[in-house]
Amino acid sequence: MIELAGVHRDFVVGGERVYALNGLDLVIDEGEYISIMGPSGSGKSTLLHILGLLDRPTQGLYRMDGVNMTDLNDEQRARVRGEKIGFVFQFFHLIPRLSAAENIELPLMLAGIAPGERGRRVEAVLAATGLTDRARHLPSQLSAGQRQRTAIARATVTEPTVLLADEPTGNLDRVTGAEVIKLLEGLNIQGITLILVTHDPEIGRRATRRIRLVDGRIAEDDREVGA
Amino acid sequence: MRWLDSIGFAWRAAMGYRSRSVLMLAAMAIGVAAVVVLTGLGEGARRYITGEFAALGTNLLIVLPGRNETTGGAPPLLGATPRDLTITDAMALYRSRHVERIAPLNVGEATLSHGNLSRDIMVLGTTSAYQSVRELDIARGRFLPEEDIARPSPVAVLGTTVQHELFGDGPALGRWVRLGDRRLRVIGICAQRGQSLGVDMDDIAIVPVAVAQALFDTPSLFRILIQARSREEIPPAQADVLRIIRERHEGEEDVTVITQDSVLVAFDRILGSVTLAVAGIAGISLVVAGVLVMNVMLVAVTQRTAEIGLLRALGASSTQVMALFLGEALLLAGLGVLGGTALGVLGNWLIHLAFPVLQPWPPLWVLLAASGVALLTTVLFAWLPARRAAALDPIAALSGR
Repeated sequence: MIELAGVHRDFVVGGERVYALNGLDLVIDEGEYISIMGPSGSGKSTLLHILGLLDRPTQGLYRMDGVNMTDLNDEQRARVRGEKIGFVFQFFHLIPRLSAAENIELPLMLAGIAPGERGRRVEAVLAATGLTDRARHLPSQLSAGQRQRTAIARATVTEPTVLLADEPTGNLDRVTGAEVIKLLEGLNIQGITLILVTHDPEIGRRATRRIRLVDGRIAEDDREVGA
Repeated sequence: MRWLDSIGFAWRAAMGYRSRSVLMLAAMAIGVAAVVVLTGLGEGARRYITGEFAALGTNLLIVLPGRNETTGGAPPLLGATPRDLTITDAMALYRSRHVERIAPLNVGEATLSHGNLSRDIMVLGTTSAYQSVRELDIARGRFLPEEDIARPSPVAVLGTTVQHELFGDGPALGRWVRLGDRRLRVIGICAQRGQSLGVDMDDIAIVPVAVAQALFDTPSLFRILIQARSREEIPPAQADVLRIIRERHEGEEDVTVITQDSVLVAFDRILGSVTLAVAGIAGISLVVAGVLVMNVMLVAVTQRTAEIGLLRALGASSTQVMALFLGEALLLAGLGVLGGTALGVLGNWLIHLAFPVLQPWPPLWVLLAASGVALLTTVLFAWLPARRAAALDPIAALSGR
């Protein structure tokens, strides 16, 4: 469970203070499927970064599974990111010199998991994302959809509880975008908490809980009961 | 992260950016190779020169006329010439029980002729003891006989070059030659010896010391070579020599005694410090290589900003990112050190092939020190770029800003 209470995040840009998040309260239960929408500069990405422990609130409280995340140091935050959080980015962020399987293996390697165990887990997520026959390909040899599926496999190989996706279809055509969304939704059905930032209302509508941010505050929070 | 994985990751990164990796590797390799070759040369020179001195003989003391110390500047002493060192002085030294053998030495140039062939050569006047003192091998015939110094036999021992020039392939033993105004019989031929301290030992004639003194018309000796009974007896022998000469020269200590040991030690020390100095200068190239490492790593950090952001997002702490970049620099430097050592040893080997008298093998500690300095410089100079990588804001890094 994720709890945000009174979260502020402001930046100083060109001598002026900019409020990206302005007193935001949010409770997310395990296994939810949430889309975050809103105009540019409404704080969507900042919220995602704070949820992913890549950024800290300037003020306010962030608890995950009862632990106060704002108290953790860099080392501890890195460990939580590695264990509980998976990221999917708009621009995939695959390392070009590593094959698909090696890219997927990276978070396990960083966590210091033994090679044999890593191999088994990579096999499993490759199969789950339908990339088994692309395992040895370099990112440059993969289509955009395959690259994003590789990135999703990498995000899920550590079996995180939360999957954060920042415009995951932003760089994909309609058909492959829909495939990627299906894949993410499948993971959500298996129990992962899926939080998706998107510009696309069609994709945003699919989520069971739709949050609309305006000026760093939650403007709408629609739950679809029994969806 | 497992260290084997870190090495693997660093290796893949290095292979991914080949030109900059090769650049770093080459910089370190050249630096290390320079240290290895130059210290090897220094060591080779040290070995060569001390070897030359050691080859003079064993437990050697050399008595020179005159002093090399400054004595009081008062008028009576100023300009006082030292007394000659004579054969009787030399023989008196046998009174010391620490002395094994004494070979008085007189040196000059004279014309040696046989038939219508003649040759200007260096003449050594000495006694039968010279053979053992200088460890001289006789190829044919025999060395100077043991005899009364004052009544020398008219004989000569020739170097191989002299023998070859004057007699060609014909027999030389028993023939009479003319040395200056003297007729001498050839009784022995020295074995080939080559250069020793700049004297071609094959282009000389050795005659009894009294013959040389008469030839050069001087009662004084050029040197007295003394062999002490053992290495431990060199210092007491030296003291005895000074004491005996002082007694014979009315209390005047007007000779200088140098021991082979002291010369060896002095040369050893001088050349050792030359080697060190050269190693230090070559070490500067390692520092230069370090600066290059820093630049290359800074470029690497800039090139791989997005990758650093990604690693952070995937659960790497900033210390882990720093360790990865330091490890990558160290891996490349380590390979550079290995390559440089191989290159340096190969260079030394080529030098040895070109100049076989040189043994340009650097001591082991130089190899270790060069490697250590190279790796240390790498850590020092890669620290800043690695810290910059670690300090990158992951969000900014991911968005490529």
